[in-house]
Amino acid sequence: MRERIAVLALQGAFLEHEQALERLNIDWCEIRQAKDLEQAFDGLILPGGESTVQGKLLRELGLFHALKKRIEDGMPVMATCAGLILLAEHLVDDPTVWFGTLPVTVRRNAYGRQLGSFFTRGAFGDIADCPMTFIRAPFVESCRPGVEVLSRFDGQITAVRWQNQLAMAFHPELDQDMRIHRNFLEMVRHPASCLCCS
Amino acid sequence: MNEKQAELNRNLAQMLKGGVIMDVTTPEQARIAEEAGACAVMALERIPADIRAAGGVSRMSDPKMIKGIQQAVSIPVMAKCRIGHFVEAQVLEAIEIDYIDESEVLSPADDVYHIDKTQFRVPFVCGARDLGEALRRIHEGASMIRTKGEPGTGDIVQAVRHMRKMNAEIRRLVSMREDELYEAAKQLQVPCDLVFYVHQNGKLPVVNFAAGGVATPADAALMMQLGAEGVFVGSGIFKSGNPAKRAQAIVKAVTNFKDAGMIAELSEDLGEAMVGINEQEIQLLMAERGQ
Repeated sequence: MRERIAVLALQGAFLEHEQALERLNIDWCEIRQAKDLEQAFDGLILPGGESTVQGKLLRELGLFHALKKRIEDGMPVMATCAGLILLAEHLVDDPTVWFGTLPVTVRRNAYGRQLGSFFTRGAFGDIADCPMTFIRAPFVESCRPGVEVLSRFDGQITAVRWQNQLAMAFHPELDQDMRIHRNFLEMVRHPASCLCCS
Repeated sequence: MNEKQAELNRNLAQMLKGGVIMDVTTPEQARIAEEAGACAVMALERIPADIRAAGGVSRMSDPKMIKGIQQAVSIPVMAKCRIGHFVEAQVLEAIEIDYIDESEVLSPADDVYHIDKTQFRVPFVCGARDLGEALRRIHEGASMIRTKGEPGTGDIVQAVRHMRKMNAEIRRLVSMREDELYEAAKQLQVPCDLVFYVHQNGKLPVVNFAAGGVATPADAALMMQLGAEGVFVGSGIFKSGNPAKRAQAIVKAVTNFKDAGMIAELSEDLGEAMVGINEQEIQLLMAERGQ
């Protein structure tokens, strides 16, 4: 089977994810409007950008319910930065919920404004020494039992996996290291198939 | 500014791509813009059309007004300083603005030198009419470029001219032999390493937005089809009949800039567009400021 990954291309750094998939020789397509959902794809990438813009466009372009359903049904999804916010079940000090499929509470702009943006290296699950670029980034303030914590920075949770959802506060697509994208592709090839017992 | 900070600043611009940055003058307008789907707002006391109408010297906005806008929204907030006015830039950095626009819309403070933007941690966006101007600004430390379309006119002609010229010059560099690039750098009045970057990558080393004269969803989509990576809308929104509706329509047109059917729908019933002034009718060409 040759997998095909859809990249949500409403706003933000979707091109960088597409370039990463190109480097890995993976077939991809863009989701910009409802008719783009008619094509076949096996996994979804939610890129960085502004979550308020992406969330609003998801709803108004008629993508929201169909994508939420597919994520709930177990389609593998990789979410970076704004994508993590879109998946989160709760946001701190903000009643907004977008997909709400990932049982974590996320704090937006957790490191402050652009002057608080930073680069570091750290572990992502079993993958050691990953480059991690944080741009006006959120972090995961708390997660419910069963959520696997993959990365921390300064004590705060910065990457998690739950069932077939892989979400991180930083931007692996901005660096040349492809290991996190590879990790996601492994998940697409071998998803947690039975959601009730995974 | 160290190399990593410069990289992080270019990265923030990457997150803004495919989005619309809107001029706002009050916290209320900022909320309308965020609600309509702006990916960032530009906080300023007067929008360009009013600056043009008022005449006189136009300066950085009151920091208190900018802070009010920072508190009103969660998206990035940008603000303008005058060309060459590095103290206005220091002030904006001190209030932790997310992006500074060293802008020809305000009266220039220095008719020779631009700000040495490498001395700042906060990122800068600068206007450019052609490739030489763009690469000079990038060499000075700008981490985002925009066209210098005539602000406050609602006339897209100059932004189109700048975007076409810049892309034509990029294509020309790409097509050259390597040993011809040194002479090209000399003619463009820019450092060789930037010319080599453009030759190898076929693009600027930073994100390039359209700015100046965007008034309709079709204007925004035109700039995207010409190669802009996102759009600034200044007077076009809050000088129009129905700002919220027009703002939303422009945001959607930028995302689906190739879908004429959708742009047709988005262009319906938007109310009155900003009145607009033709290039030939204006006394002051702001794009001539700072080269």
